[in-house]
Amino acid sequence: MSVVSAGVAPFYSSTVGKKAVMAVSGCVLFLFVLGHLAGNLQIYEGPEKLDNYSRLLHSMPALLWGARITLLVMVALHIWSSIQLAVRNYEARPTGYVRKKAAGSSYASRTMYWSGPIILAFVIYHLLDFTFGTVNPAFQVGNVYANVVASFQLPLVSGFYILAMVLLCMHLYHGLWSMFQSLGFHRATTLKRGAAVVAILIAAGNISIPVSVMAGLVK
Amino acid sequence: MKLILHVWRQKNPAQAGRMVRYEANDVNPDMSMVELLDVVNEELILKSEEPIAFEHDCREGICGSCGFMINGIAHGPEAATTVCQLSMRHFKDGDELYIEPWRAKAFPIIKDLVVDRSAFDRIIEAGGYISVPTGSAPDGNVILVPKDASDRAMDAAACIGCGACVAACPNASAALFTGAKIAHLGLLPQGQPERHQRALSMVRQFNAEQFGSCTNIGECEAVCPKEIKLEVIARMNRDFIHASLS
Ligand code: SF4
Ligand code: FES
Repeated sequence: MSVVSAGVAPFYSSTVGKKAVMAVSGCVLFLFVLGHLAGNLQIYEGPEKLDNYSRLLHSMPALLWGARITLLVMVALHIWSSIQLAVRNYEARPTGYVRKKAAGSSYASRTMYWSGPIILAFVIYHLLDFTFGTVNPAFQVGNVYANVVASFQLPLVSGFYILAMVLLCMHLYHGLWSMFQSLGFHRATTLKRGAAVVAILIAAGNISIPVSVMAGLVK
Repeated sequence: MKLILHVWRQKNPAQAGRMVRYEANDVNPDMSMVELLDVVNEELILKSEEPIAFEHDCREGICGSCGFMINGIAHGPEAATTVCQLSMRHFKDGDELYIEPWRAKAFPIIKDLVVDRSAFDRIIEAGGYISVPTGSAPDGNVILVPKDASDRAMDAAACIGCGACVAACPNASAALFTGAKIAHLGLLPQGQPERHQRALSMVRQFNAEQFGSCTNIGECEAVCPKEIKLEVIARMNRDFIHASLS
């Protein structure tokens, strides 16, 4: 067998390597989503608790910025690899079929190219809404609780949030089990079930917040 | 029974092809899809028309020569069945069948339903073998193979190289085929010395042939006539990652 050199460059230029990068970056982003949800749910313990939590995070700038930069790098890697793979995959079938039926794939897995960009658009809006306050006229720095309530009282804002969470749920369902597969661990049934449960719980936890605001339970 | 066929006709790689409608009026439910095309071709020949070109050899589902899309599914609607084994009784009188060749940049069309699958041969050449010194045959049972490993290697070795996995994949990826070959040898003791080099070489060749990447969606597994499982792709990924980063 002729010897093929190993190493990082040929690894990243391969399809398997790019999928591994997507898996690892996706995993970090998933852990962030999990942590973010845990933080969000403190809204049910009242304004003081949530605002204090925000103050706590801001009192550790090194940690906060470390996390922010890590996340940005992960987002960049995740998106850049997916674009490179998408272009490659598109070019791999220049002529399509007259008839084509899906025989075994899930809806979530076939719509990753749609759910991904929409979630990205949502994240940008979400930052403008709650971090920078640019699109939130009632925004007050540090009053996280009040900002959340003010935004979610607008049906359009809540609606977009809920839609984005449904898409996130689908993206996570395929992404979570897929990252194990991409990294070489295969337990299809168990992983798919686990991914479904985790994805639904995360979406439900997040969606409960705008629903509670609109129902007047959180005000 | 009667069937309406829409078949992709293309004279050669250079000319544009199109779907052509044929009526098969006297279909015996016991014949296979490939035999149906024989019957249609006989009529075409009698009318001095060019018969439909398609590949076939064993007609027993073991050689991997045959294969095309039927109504958007590689090898047609029956699971674990090649078109040569697909019997006409699975269709109803009056059904319309859209018959198209595998579509992938790496599988250029030669004529009608015949595509060039030599990209698969080049992937095998890159590492789908073990290096053994020639000489007298080794004694039996010198190398013991655990039962579980031999079963799983045998499952992976069932791949007949038909190309349905590429055809069904929205990315035209050859991951299932390449994974099956890597898993088949990598599970056996004889395949260990070259296991990681094999993964590097075969994945590199699979990429060089302009197949797409695996997005883990499982269309390949659903159409594979030999029921090769996605597990082989995970093995390929694991061996490749290990070989690259260690
Ligand atoms: S993996 Fe299955 S579908 Fe793909 S070439 Fe082998 S037998 Fe055919
Ligand atoms: S002709 Fe051999 S598998 Fe169909």
